[in-house]
Amino acid sequence: MMRFQLFVPLILFLLICGIGYVGFSLNDRHQLPSALLDKPFPEFSAASLLDDGRRISKADLLGGPTLVNVWATWCPTCKSEHDELLRIAAGTDIQLVGVNYKDDVAQAQNWLAQFGNPYDLVIVDADGALGVELGVYGAPETFLLDSAGRVVFKRVGDVNERIWRDELQPRFAQLGVSIDQALMEGL
Amino acid sequence: MIARLICFLIAVSVSGTAFGASTVELLDFESEQQQRRYKALIDEFRCPKCLNTNLSGSDAPIAQDLRRSVYRLVQEGKTDQQIRDFLQQRYGDFVLYKPPFAARTAFIWLIPIGLLLVGLVVLAALQQRARQQPAIALSEQDNDRLNRLLADDD
Repeated sequence: MMRFQLFVPLILFLLICGIGYVGFSLNDRHQLPSALLDKPFPEFSAASLLDDGRRISKADLLGGPTLVNVWATWCPTCKSEHDELLRIAAGTDIQLVGVNYKDDVAQAQNWLAQFGNPYDLVIVDADGALGVELGVYGAPETFLLDSAGRVVFKRVGDVNERIWRDELQPRFAQLGVSIDQALMEGL
Repeated sequence: MIARLICFLIAVSVSGTAFGASTVELLDFESEQQQRRYKALIDEFRCPKCLNTNLSGSDAPIAQDLRRSVYRLVQEGKTDQQIRDFLQQRYGDFVLYKPPFAARTAFIWLIPIGLLLVGLVVLAALQQRARQQPAIALSEQDNDRLNRLLADDD
């Protein structure tokens, strides 16, 4: 009995170590689990960045798989993922929709003219209201929707080659998006 | 010792009132009650961008947006619970400092009860052991001496 008690502090210590190990190796604490996953994309109506006077609503996102990318010119990571988005736009027949988040319209138009425009549609979200509906807390964020407008995947942070290969490409294939051979092989 | 304790308590209470009072925004409210509710709500929610700051204490753009959303919802006459649901539906449990009781969170809610039970078991074991100690019989001489010593103490 006395022998056992000697080990109580050691056992407690190991228990704390175990809890700490599990706790600190949990997923990145800066990464929020998305509340929108497996839920329908929210209803909205907003101006279009590229066609003056046009309104874009949720109906424009339906009918086929859609990749919604939240970006801004003030966001350096958005610049670094831009080439990957251009490649995805060129190599697949997915509808790519940008949400220009809390940005200046003229600057955003210039940005797309200068670096190339991967988007089929760009939604203006100047005050971040659509961002709040989407649970956006930092650009860039990317949502993959199925034809019915249900969110099947969300990425917080840049879309890079690894995300394309491991996360997006298999889901694109599942949704029936046709992908160029070159993009398949990650060239 | 007591003086030091008082100093500590004052320091804790002062830092408590300073918490969350770092931003100033001018907002119009129809009633003082609305304003109180707004302040209580933005103190209650956690800023999604920051690991441990509430909405009222953060200058992050997202915290400003969410304060504006809370303001709008208060103006629209939404109840506190409706506003909580609004934020939780969009940003998940993360924005609530007080997570709901669910299978995933049962562990953190049950820890205090578990520790209380452990404490009760230890207490019971200690008392059990104390009861098992045989009482020591004193001789009459020792008893007298003990009484004298105790009486001297005054």
